Amino acid sequence: MKEILEILEHDARATPEEIAKMLGRTPKSVMLDIKKLEKEGVILKYKTIINREISKEDRNDVRALIEVKLTPQKNVGFDHLAERIYQFPEVTSCYLMSGTYDLLVVVEGKNIHTVSGFVSEKLSPMDGVRGTVTHFILKKYKEDGDILKQPERSKRPAISL
Amino acid sequence: MKPAKVVDRIPPSGIRVFFDLVLGMKDVISLGVGEPDFVTPWNVRESAIFALEKGFTSYTSNKGLVELRQEIAKSLSRRYGLDYDPEEEILITVGVSEAFDLAMRAIINKGDKILVPEPAYVSYKPIATLCGGRPISINTSAEKNFKITPSDVSKLCDRDTRALILNYPNNPTGASYSKKELKAISDVVLKKNLIMISDEIYCDLTYDFEHTPFATLPGMKERTIYLNGFSKSYAMTGWRIGYACGPKSLIAAMTKIHQYTMLCASVISQMAAMEALKRGGLSVQEMKREYKRRRTFVIYRLNEIGLACHIPEGAFYAFPSIKKTGLSSLEFSQELLKKEKVAVVPGTAFGSLGEGYLRISYASNMDKLKEALLRIERFVKTL
Repeated sequence: MKEILEILEHDARATPEEIAKMLGRTPKSVMLDIKKLEKEGVILKYKTIINREISKEDRNDVRALIEVKLTPQKNVGFDHLAERIYQFPEVTSCYLMSGTYDLLVVVEGKNIHTVSGFVSEKLSPMDGVRGTVTHFILKKYKEDGDILKQPERSKRPAISL
Repeated sequence: MKPAKVVDRIPPSGIRVFFDLVLGMKDVISLGVGEPDFVTPWNVRESAIFALEKGFTSYTSNKGLVELRQEIAKSLSRRYGLDYDPEEEILITVGVSEAFDLAMRAIINKGDKILVPEPAYVSYKPIATLCGGRPISINTSAEKNFKITPSDVSKLCDRDTRALILNYPNNPTGASYSKKELKAISDVVLKKNLIMISDEIYCDLTYDFEHTPFATLPGMKERTIYLNGFSKSYAMTGWRIGYACGPKSLIAAMTKIHQYTMLCASVISQMAAMEALKRGGLSVQEMKREYKRRRTFVIYRLNEIGLACHIPEGAFYAFPSIKKTGLSSLEFSQELLKKEKVAVVPGTAFGSLGEGYLRISYASNMDKLKEALLRIERFVKTL
């Protein structure tokens, strides 16, 4: 199971047949394992990593990290408020943090106005939100372990002994 | 002007022409590479930059930085219970290539016979010849998974036999030996009073059992020159750092030659090697799992395509047979390169016993391996 995850995490397109050949198993048993992992929610979904620095398509190009201070609520702590916040589709990630603020919310938008609009109209006015600090991302160098650069040519000679 | 006669006696690298063909071609998928497919871990590279900034630009002790020798000693002791004195039993060299050359120069008297299992890494026989020795081939075959047996060794031994060279896991065949198999070989080494030259540069890439250093076998440490380095385990091929461990007398002899020829290995590279040993960088376990998956995949596909291939126990090479195609190794490799732009190394690069085989390196990412094997499949179908 662990090895299947290791393979798929690096290459979501690896087929059960290919994985079977890598692990010396049958495609059917690999398929069953994958189905099980999907069903259990261990595998949430399969995505593609796009380098927006290069891509000509303009989609949600602006991204901001927002520090949010909250007033914790009886019995549920921060979870309830966090849930209200992360349900917004603009929110791409949401973490509870230790330190000087409570939630780190990552927000994506078409431009700076959509993001600031979300903060001023949706997030800040919310009951329990005591304050926000918004940081816009200027340039992405590395994301989730992937360095955002055009693939470089290999520096290895094509043949050596 | 005529070069020395002994140089004429070592074979010209006939393979060179083919190599030049590969290197001159664009967009080739290469399965011909003898080094890992990732760059040196960043912490190691960064430590070299730091060393430069700090002004580490001088010679080092001939034997190499004492701290590096101490780290090597510690690591061998921890991993294998193999204890060498960093002062007198370890020498830092410019890659295992230099260490091997020194070992040959240090032990060969004119006419001594040196046993070399074949197919073999390219430098063993020529270096033995250059040192005035007589390299004697021990033939291995696919039927025996390219392994030597004790009787193979003992049959070829006579009064002039000085040493046995063993490289495991093996380049080019990927063969390796279990502790039991090594023990049996060590009995012959002892009985015939041989020096053992053990090149274990691929030790971290052993897939089906634990790697056993030859020197850990009973009675072997005092007659073994253990060769290893940083190239394969830490993806540091270009840094050129290897080392030799062995009995005081032989290491002293090798050091003597080394101090006149090489003086010392590059200080920057030695500093980087120290960082590699102290903090690693790559997870060896993860790397091994990745290579093992590639191995299983490549072997499966080769057999599926009809190029019979034993399961190599280590390194990152498959050594399939192409005898069924009726082509020679070189013809197959050249045609494959021309028609499908896939580069492999003809088995004959590793001696005449490599005829009928290819060395396929799986030190390439899975996407490239998949595509390359599709192309090989297409090519084989046209034959």
